[in-house]
Formats: sequence, C-alpha cells, structure tokens
Amino acid sequence: MMDVGRHPRINLLTYSEIDNISGYIGNFHVTVRKKARFVDEAECNACGECEKVCPVVAVDEFQQGFSSRKAIYMPFPQAVPSVYILNERDCLGHNPIACGKCSDVCEKQCIDFDMKDQLIEFDVGAVIVATGMDVYDPTEMDEYGYTRYENVITSMEFERLISAGGPTTGHFIRPTDRETPKHIGFIQCVGSRTQNGKGNPYCSNICCMNTIKDSLLLKDHYPDTEIKVFYIDIRAFGKGFEDLFQRSKQAGVQYIRGVPGEVFEDPATKNITMTVENTATGAIEDHEFEMVVLSTGVIPRNDSEVIRSLLSLSRTEDGFFMESHPKLKPVDAPTGGVYFAGCVESPTDVKDSVTQASAAAARTEILLNAGQISVEAITSELVPDTCTGCGICVRVCPFNAITGGDAKAKLPVEIVEAACKGCGTCAAECNFDAILMKHFEDAQIMAQIDAILDKDPMEKIVTFACNWCSYAGADLAGLSRMQYPTTQRIIKTMCSGRVDANFVLHAFEQGAPIVLVSGCHFVDCHYIDANRWTQKRVEKLWDDLEKLGIRPERLQLEWISAAEGQKWARTMKELEEMRQQVTEEEVDHTKQVLKEARLKAEAKKKAKESKPKAAEKAPAAAVA
Amino acid sequence: MADGDLRIGVFVCECGSNIAGSLDCSAVTEYAATLPDVACAVLNKYTCAEPGQQEIKKYIKEHNLNRVVVASCTPRMHEPTFRQCVSEAGMNPYLMEMANIREHCSWAHLNDWDGATAKAKDIVKVAVARARLLQARIESELPVLKDVLVVGGGVAGIQASLDLADAGYHVHLVEKEASVGGIMAALDKTYPTMDCSI
Repeated sequence: MMDVGRHPRINLLTYSEIDNISGYIGNFHVTVRKKARFVDEAECNACGECEKVCPVVAVDEFQQGFSSRKAIYMPFPQAVPSVYILNERDCLGHNPIACGKCSDVCEKQCIDFDMKDQLIEFDVGAVIVATGMDVYDPTEMDEYGYTRYENVITSMEFERLISAGGPTTGHFIRPTDRETPKHIGFIQCVGSRTQNGKGNPYCSNICCMNTIKDSLLLKDHYPDTEIKVFYIDIRAFGKGFEDLFQRSKQAGVQYIRGVPGEVFEDPATKNITMTVENTATGAIEDHEFEMVVLSTGVIPRNDSEVIRSLLSLSRTEDGFFMESHPKLKPVDAPTGGVYFAGCVESPTDVKDSVTQASAAAARTEILLNAGQISVEAITSELVPDTCTGCGICVRVCPFNAITGGDAKAKLPVEIVEAACKGCGTCAAECNFDAILMKHFEDAQIMAQIDAILDKDPMEKIVTFACNWCSYAGADLAGLSRMQYPTTQRIIKTMCSGRVDANFVLHAFEQGAPIVLVSGCHFVDCHYIDANRWTQKRVEKLWDDLEKLGIRPERLQLEWISAAEGQKWARTMKELEEMRQQVTEEEVDHTKQVLKEARLKAEAKKKAKESKPKAAEKAPAAAVA
Repeated sequence: MADGDLRIGVFVCECGSNIAGSLDCSAVTEYAATLPDVACAVLNKYTCAEPGQQEIKKYIKEHNLNRVVVASCTPRMHEPTFRQCVSEAGMNPYLMEMANIREHCSWAHLNDWDGATAKAKDIVKVAVARARLLQARIESELPVLKDVLVVGGGVAGIQASLDLADAGYHVHLVEKEASVGGIMAALDKTYPTMDCSI
C-alpha cells in the first residue's frame, strides 16, 4: 500500500471518481472528479491536532460502526495517502462561524472549507478496471436475526473485533456484555448458494477459507473457545487450503454439515440458540452460542454501473463483469484496451486478485509495448457523387464521425474515418446508397440473404445478429450445448444498426417466413446507442408491413446479450413455432406484394430523378 | 457480380469430434466443391493447428486461390488466426471468410445428424456467396498512448499499478475512498499465509 503512494510513476488520485471516459483502445480520454477533502493533501503532515479539537462524534465506517471518529479524521492508521479528510456531512463548518476549531489549530493552514471538486483530464492507452466488490448485507435474511440480535455479527465485523488495530485492540468480545465468548458459531453461505430469492445463487468463493482462517485466529488467541461451523460444503480447493482446513479441525473446531433455518436469542443471557439438521448423521441437534458469525458472501459493487456504461462492458448472470473469454482471455474485457483485475470479474481472494492484477498488467504491457494497433478496416466510406447532403447520417452517427452536408447547397457530408467505429447505422439509414460500409457492404449481405433463401426458403429463419452481443450469445448457446431447431441461419453484422430495412424486405420478398433482427440490450450497445435506430427502423417496418397486409409478427426484434445463451436457444425454439404457423400462401402473397411495392418505388424514384436535371449523373442502382 | 477470376478454397474442419461427431463433414466438403467459383474443398481434422494452416497456405499457392472460406468454429475465436494465416500466404486478410459450423451448428444440434449436416452445407454456401464479393482492405495503424488508468485502489488495483509503474509506464490510479486499500485493508489477517493484510 505504501509503495503506491510514493512511486514516481504513479499518479495517485484518492477520493476521486471517474467522471467520463471516451475514446477507444490505445487512445482513451479520461475525466476524473477529485472530490474536495477540505484538507490540503500536499501540506497535511498528519499531526492530528485538528482531530483532537473537533467536537463532532460520528460513526467510524472503517471499524464497521463499532467505534467513533471525528468529522475530521484519518480513514485508518495506515491510510495512503497519510492525510486527514474532513467529512462534509458531519462537519459543523465555519460559515457562519459555528465551529472552525480544526482550522484554528492547524499550524500549516491545511484546512480549506471552500475547497471545491476538481476535474482532472488526461489521456491513456489502456484501462484496468479493478473496482472490487461489496459485501452481502444479511438484513433481508431475517431468520438469522442480524438486525435484531446484537450478538449476531458478520464476518467483516469479526475482522475488526479480532484485529489489534480494531476498536477493542484485538480483545475479542461480544457486543452485549463486552465479555469474551466461549462458544462461537459460524454460519456459512449467508447470501450465497441460495435459491429462495434472498441472497444469490452463486458460490462466493472466499467465505469457507475465511471462516477457517477466523477459526484458527480464535484458537490462537483463545485456545479454549468452542467453535462450530455450520456449512453446506467446505470448499478448500486452493494451494495450502486443505492444510489450513485440517489444522483448524485438529485445533478442535467442529464442522457440522447443515445450516440452521432460524436462530433465536435468549432474552436473559442474550445467547443465540438454533436447531440444525446434521445432514451427515441425520440427527436434529440443538446448539447454543454466546456469539454467532454470519459468513457473508460477495456481491457486485452497486456503483459499478457507471464504469460499465462508460466502457460498454457487459455483466454475466451473477452481475459481475463479463470477460472476453472465460478460459482464454480471463482478464480481457470484451472492449479493446480494457482489462479486469480482482473481484470486479468474480469473487476472488487476495491471492487470485494479485494473480489477476499481474496478468492484467502484463496484458496491458503487451498493448502499450507494441506502440501501435491496427484497426479493423470496417469503417464507412462515402460513395462519391451520390450523397445529396440530406444529413440523416450526421444525425444517426453515435460517434459524431460524419459532419457537414447541406441538401440545399448540394454539399455532401464528410466522414472522419478515424472517428468511425463501424456500426454501419449511417449506411442503413442512407436513402441514396451514398455510404459504403466496408466489409459489410449491401451487396455482400444481399448475397448472403439470397444464398440462404434460394432453396427451401420456407424452411429457413433469416437471422441478423450483431457481432458483440447476439452473435456471441449464439456462440455461448453452442458452447453450453443448448439445443435448438436447425432452421435458423445467421447473418452477422457489427451492430444491429447496420440492418437496412431493404435487407428485411428483400428477405421477405425472397420467401423468408420469419426474419429476426437481434442486437445488444440498449445499455450494452457497443456503439453507444446505435441500436435505438434499429428499434425505430423495425417499428417503422412493422407499420409498413401491416399496411401492405403482411403480418408484422413475422419480423421479430430481440435483444440478446453475449451472456444470454439460454435466451438465444429459447428464442430459436419460439421462432420455430412461429415459422410453422406461416403458410405458403401467406409467403406467396408477401412476395408478390413486396415485389409490386418495390417496382412502384423504383419507378417513382426514376421519374423523380430524371425530371429536374436530366443532365446530371445517374443515380446508384437500387440494391435489390 | 463474379469477375470470372474467382478461385475460392473451402477448408472444412472436423475439430476432432466437435464438428465431425454431429454432422457429416465429408458431405459438407463434397458439397462445397460444387459451389460456384470454388476451386478446391479440403477436409481437415484441425484446421487451426499448424498442419491445417500449412495446408491452407499450400492450397493458396498451388491453386492460386484468391478467396478462402474456413468452415470451423466462431470467428470470435479464430478469425485472427486465419487472417494471419492467409496473409502469410500473400492474401489480403479481408478475403478470408469463416463459416461457423461448430458453435452455431454441430454443438447446437448434437442429435440431429441430417439436420445439422444440411444446415452446415447452407452455412458454407452462405459464406461462399459472401466470400465472392469480399474486397481487399487495408487496416489503418493507430498510435497507442503509453499511460494507463487503473480504476480502484484495492489489492488488485494496487498490484496492477505497481507492476505497470515498475515496468516503466505512467499510471493514474483512481480510488473512490480517501485511502487506497479497499476491502483488504479492513481484514485482520488473510489466508493461506495467516499474515497481516496491510
């Protein structure tokens, strides 16, 4: 910890939050909000005079509320940086002069009640996300009486009570009578591996070993303590873990397979009683403890949503961030130039966090050391002489990569290739085929549609899937061996925003019974909000189809994330049921209606174009 | 649209039994050979392995191929591998197309041999149709800045920052709380060493 504070190449910004991140791999622009701590970081020498005179008594969060602190305080003795902070909410302030005592005694004049938040901006090539975890709050599991019985504590509270730096200087006592308990029970899997809606279904990974460690600490300090651990399974799988487990057993700690359904407090003794079915022996046992420790699980941080949306990250079903590949790229985020370390990706202990951090650092170095990165040649390009300058592409581009355009002055738009990320929304929205989306060109996608439908079209479901979410969701379905009907055929686009209305109409005209457009959930879109245009386009298509007497339900829109393999497989089954409802007569009617509508539109366009200035260049051929 | 000079090579991967266990890879290969502009269709046990890649390179040279279709796993897995492979044989990497007959076919239809085989043929046909229209593209190179942002100053963020700073990179470490340390700083001792966390 000390080392980060004094390393010449680390710019340590504490009490700071990410305000914004823009850019892309190799070139991120970061804005950090350094919050006012009201104490001059450079000047404070942690003499502590301010704390002595501060009249405010507030709850000490670091000590889990077991002791108090002042409004101006050091977060904990070993804090880095070793600087005081003034808590704005607790402080009485000095304007009008209500207090100001700390400011009066500070010889170095470090305290500044007028300090403001600062915005700091810088550019980086890579981002490591190590935002960590929260600890499960057992309040909702009222059966364990955490909020009702003082002698029921959590494992985090245990840490402070056993610590020499804690509120009791390491004398382990129970809250009600300040006596050292002789009988202590640990309940495992609190908030983990639950199926009843309280807590989470996943295993929190660290709690078994943490309790084993706690039991050994207690046995070290108080060898006569009777300790019983109630568990579902003991998971001691890491290097040296089984050894610790055996040491704990040898020290006399009893491990009982079975967790209590409920605990009760004896009002007289304040002891905690419980009935447990020992699933190893089948016996129903009664136990009484002076103190019970709830071995609470790990949950995703509640404030991680900010960084998630800024970097377009996804979550797995458990709420932790999804890695690029669970085995082969475990510390890479799906977003280029972003890496994970620690509990942000899954519950990890100290050793695993350190391992991941070094891995993430090494992955980052590979990128930085290369000095340059090639960008996929999937960007949009203006087709010369066809742009009318209508500016619709300027409006839909999520990255402001298209500028200019004036329809009256017949000025074409300009595409800034370096800013283009390749979603293809502009090409889909352009009514004049004036934008060519490289590697996902109209002609290429039309050829794919034709190849799918040239034989037995009634047996095919044409599916457009975006590269980042839905295509990856289909990959996950396969990887998880989820089975679904063989009728679906996928056409990949980078973003669902690329799916031109003409692609859908063409597929129906070629005899597709069902067409699916699938993309990322709104917050997950890798192109900020390009998929909002997908939705608008599909909604318009539904209206148009209905007006033409075509059932709009035959065009489906689904948001399927890379983590939703199950949803992918389920959707395919549902679409197959829909497909079987579509009759050949219906498809024949659709083909005819769409063909007529297309010919009519083409004729109208031709007439319009040849009217005003016949001398002008020929329009681009209609893709269909 | 075909310019008449198209010579497409299709390489069908068995992926051990991952693909060959649920569909008829030989039939898919034979079918691929009948598709327009396909100059050769080859069956491999593991196309991504060194011998498989060598074979692609060999066929590119021998058959003067100008498009390659690899029918194997998801491009999210091996598109970089095969792009690299064809460029080593002198072909523009954007002229290589993948047909995903594993994640989207053999693994999703384990018990429908005929259905999976028919679907795999279709997937290859669609990939060939697309490959015929692929254009050579040049990737642009972007500079990578040398600084790093680490978000979170718990044990993971601290370790990552120190590693990178020790390696000579400049690190901005952003921590929400007033001190670094995170959850770890509040722990008394940590397993398996039973020593102090700070």
